[in-house]
Amino acid sequence: MHTFQKVAVPIAAIAIFVILWELLVWANGWPDYVMASPSDLPDAYMRFWKLFLTGAWETLWRTVVGLLIAIVAGVLLGMVMGLSRIANDALYPLLIGFNAIPKATLVPVLALLFIGQHNFNTVMMAFLISFFPIAVSVAIGLATLEPEYRDILRSLGASRFTIFRKIALPKTLPEFFGALKVSATLAFIGTNLVEIISPHGRGLGALFLSGQTNSNYPLMFAVLIALAVLGILLYYAVVWLERTFAGWADRMA
Amino acid sequence: MTDLIEIKDVHHAYQTKAGPLPVLAGLDLAVPEGEFCAVVGPSGCGKSTLTRLIAGLMRPDKGEVWLHGERVSSPRQTVGMAFQNPVLLEWRTILDNVILPLEIVASDMPRKKRVARAEELLEMVGLSGFEGKRPSELSGGMRQRASLCRAIVHKPDVLIMDEPFGALDNFTREDLWQTMRNLRAAEPFTALLITHDLRESVYLGDEVIVLSDRPARTQYVMDIDLPDDRPLAILFEPHVGDMLHTLRDQIKIAQGRDGEAG
Repeated sequence: MHTFQKVAVPIAAIAIFVILWELLVWANGWPDYVMASPSDLPDAYMRFWKLFLTGAWETLWRTVVGLLIAIVAGVLLGMVMGLSRIANDALYPLLIGFNAIPKATLVPVLALLFIGQHNFNTVMMAFLISFFPIAVSVAIGLATLEPEYRDILRSLGASRFTIFRKIALPKTLPEFFGALKVSATLAFIGTNLVEIISPHGRGLGALFLSGQTNSNYPLMFAVLIALAVLGILLYYAVVWLERTFAGWADRMA
Repeated sequence: MTDLIEIKDVHHAYQTKAGPLPVLAGLDLAVPEGEFCAVVGPSGCGKSTLTRLIAGLMRPDKGEVWLHGERVSSPRQTVGMAFQNPVLLEWRTILDNVILPLEIVASDMPRKKRVARAEELLEMVGLSGFEGKRPSELSGGMRQRASLCRAIVHKPDVLIMDEPFGALDNFTREDLWQTMRNLRAAEPFTALLITHDLRESVYLGDEVIVLSDRPARTQYVMDIDLPDDRPLAILFEPHVGDMLHTLRDQIKIAQGRDGEAG
């Protein structure tokens, strides 16, 4: 009963959403170039299913690689900032400034720096847009570690690295996964940004663009829905990792 | 008997924005091997600083701290610590929390032996059957019991406790006093207990040391001449009542009030 409810409730919510969408378009009598209705989408998927599959794969792997780099870089940066006051004071303004830059403006910058390296540029953007929350959360997690936690191992002569590995790192995991959920969706947005803006893009973003150029409006909406589904899958992959590695932090269970 | 902990004329000050804040000024203290020393004093008088000095987590500005005939300059593996906050690791089970120090000081000890040692202690404090639980599933008193097990699992010479029973309700606290006495009967260690509870200091201590207000120095030392086998009711006996009165007067003097007026 419980698992049934867990699956059935979200599916019912999605079904209601789709029905309302269909009704909205029907009631207003909108043509598909104003807003496509859900009933227009199966046709688009069937005609372009190969493009959807390759596009989804392109988008997914570049997002995941960008996110992995963001995890490594973000954790390292967060560690440096969390463990050193000076590094924290030095890096915070830089990071905040960098994060405030609209990432769309970086697409041409990257494109000029690494001409023709479409995969590289896309992965870079996914990374650049998503490492910030990870770095900040790890830094805060480490900086707010109560001194007594450190003292129980330090009083036994444990090295800084041992204290980090046995106490600081696991204690920061819940914050890290909280940030990773945000970062995963951000990386996804970064990938799509490059795919849509750069002239010879690939992936779902490029498929969206080609729908626009060919005035195939149902295709554009079909891509948006595919992106949403992919985003949900990515998010739940992170949730699954969180349950596996930081399930102890969940007191609701 | 030799003195296991020896503190000679220790001075220490913290640097604050308003200038140096002296917390210890001429503190002397000696605890013979196997003795239980309880330290009481007005709040904020530098008692916690004392624990960190003995553990080697800090060095005094002036004066000497000796453990086992060696000058303390850095942390040593022969020390165990317990705090008011049990600081158990939420991602580990109770058993693995107790084992933690062994992973540092006895890294070549087989897991089986570690588990056996931890189980032995958990049974002594009445936590048998809770080995696989997470800290969040235990009550405050049980968590503090587990924390005490962790503090002595590696058989330290010295157990340093900073108000370990301070956050517990009265009944739980008295239970833990008895647990503490049982542990001491079973495991030989020298103990230094920081507390603000005079009854606790008399019930658990072999000697009670009263510190003066900040900057702290040793103001008064009382030998607790009671049998090792102490029922809790001993606290209601007249001669123990007299001890508590004397200590209370000393605390008042430490706070800068007149002993007779209170």
